[in-house]
Amino acid sequence: MSTLEIRRSMLRNSLVLGLFAIVTVGLVAFTQQSTAERIAQAERQARIDALAQILPAGSYDNDLLDSQRELRHALLGPRPVTAWIATREGQPAAVILQATAPDGYSGAIQLLIGVHSDGRLSGVRVIGHRETPGLGDKIELAKNRWILGFDGKSLQQPGESGWAVKKDGGQFDQFVGATITPRAVVKAVHQALQYVDAHRDELFAQETAR
Amino acid sequence: MSTSYRDITVNGLWKNNPGLVQLLGLCPLLGTSNSAVNALGLGLATVLVLTCSNAAVSLIRGAVTPAVRLPAFVMIIAALTTCIELLMQAFTYELYQILGIFIPLITTNCVILGRAEAFAAKNTVARAAYDGLVMGIGFALVLLAIGLVRELFGTGAVFANMQLLFGPLAANWQITLVEDYQGFLLAILPPGAFIVLGLLIALKNRIDEQLAERAKAREPVAAPAPSRRVRVTGVIE
Repeated sequence: MSTLEIRRSMLRNSLVLGLFAIVTVGLVAFTQQSTAERIAQAERQARIDALAQILPAGSYDNDLLDSQRELRHALLGPRPVTAWIATREGQPAAVILQATAPDGYSGAIQLLIGVHSDGRLSGVRVIGHRETPGLGDKIELAKNRWILGFDGKSLQQPGESGWAVKKDGGQFDQFVGATITPRAVVKAVHQALQYVDAHRDELFAQETAR
Repeated sequence: MSTSYRDITVNGLWKNNPGLVQLLGLCPLLGTSNSAVNALGLGLATVLVLTCSNAAVSLIRGAVTPAVRLPAFVMIIAALTTCIELLMQAFTYELYQILGIFIPLITTNCVILGRAEAFAAKNTVARAAYDGLVMGIGFALVLLAIGLVRELFGTGAVFANMQLLFGPLAANWQITLVEDYQGFLLAILPPGAFIVLGLLIALKNRIDEQLAERAKAREPVAAPAPSRRVRVTGVIE
């Protein structure tokens, strides 16, 4: 093959490939354009649905997603934690923390923890984990009602010593064959409660001032 | 030269099934087959990508030279997969979150590039699209079969959470076959996928064997038995 021929085929091939790149990228861009709004809506809805599980829609009247902020504190772990502040008629109603229990059996467990302004838990849900199916995954509401045991609990009820699994002398059940998982969840919820208790005024200050 | 539609159908669904015979695309097959809804979700996405990519590849088969054939095919497949991913994100958001990384990984499913190379690049658009459809359905059926078996043995029920795919109407499609089932962990965990796939392949081979035996058993009736005159050794009286 002569140099000229090679050059010609290179040119032709790169032109064809370039044309393909333009067409395919155009296709992707068009799809993205036409779905962007719906995707944003779906993401928003998914988040609202998740928050509604632990905080009933009627118990607050501000735009929850609008109140989103990042918190940093030793009690909440090394990473910033996303929080939503709920108010009702300008008065503090509840705080929702997206906390992490770092010491699960296989890595971190993502939790959604709702705390009423009076310090009682409105609810806890697991939103992400890699615990053993059939053993540790009983922390999911779909698998077991265990997680509902947190509803209404606070720093006073049970007291300091009660915030542990029964095996460690506390009040919360562990699972057969899985103690580490519930221990991690109980610890994370307890720390979140301590954080909210210590920072209550400052958490609500911004939202109630609006 | 061109394959008949009947042959394409038989090939895709049985004789050359991507999941049971070609054993292509095992990563999604094993990874997402832990429940019927996951299996069906990824199966449908694969059918869509495979049909569209086969049609597109066939459409451009005259325009690309052999040298840049593969990059062109890969570009088409990646673009189509991204489009499907965006659509799933828009319309079945929860399922999209569950299937996660397996949706973009459809691009790397060898079935898709395999069919583009082996079939679509040599056939008309209609045939190529049909081949993609049938191959996709063959793959999806195996995926669904494994998903059903694993979900049944793992949880005692099938078709749980179908609303993720078909909307709120499907929320009560779950069929609980065993009440108070304790769960069989192995079926849900990755080894369960390998075991069920192995059993399915064994079942297919057994059926093929029986079909072949039956065909053989029918043969002698059609053709007369060879005559005895061929006997040339031994003592004759």
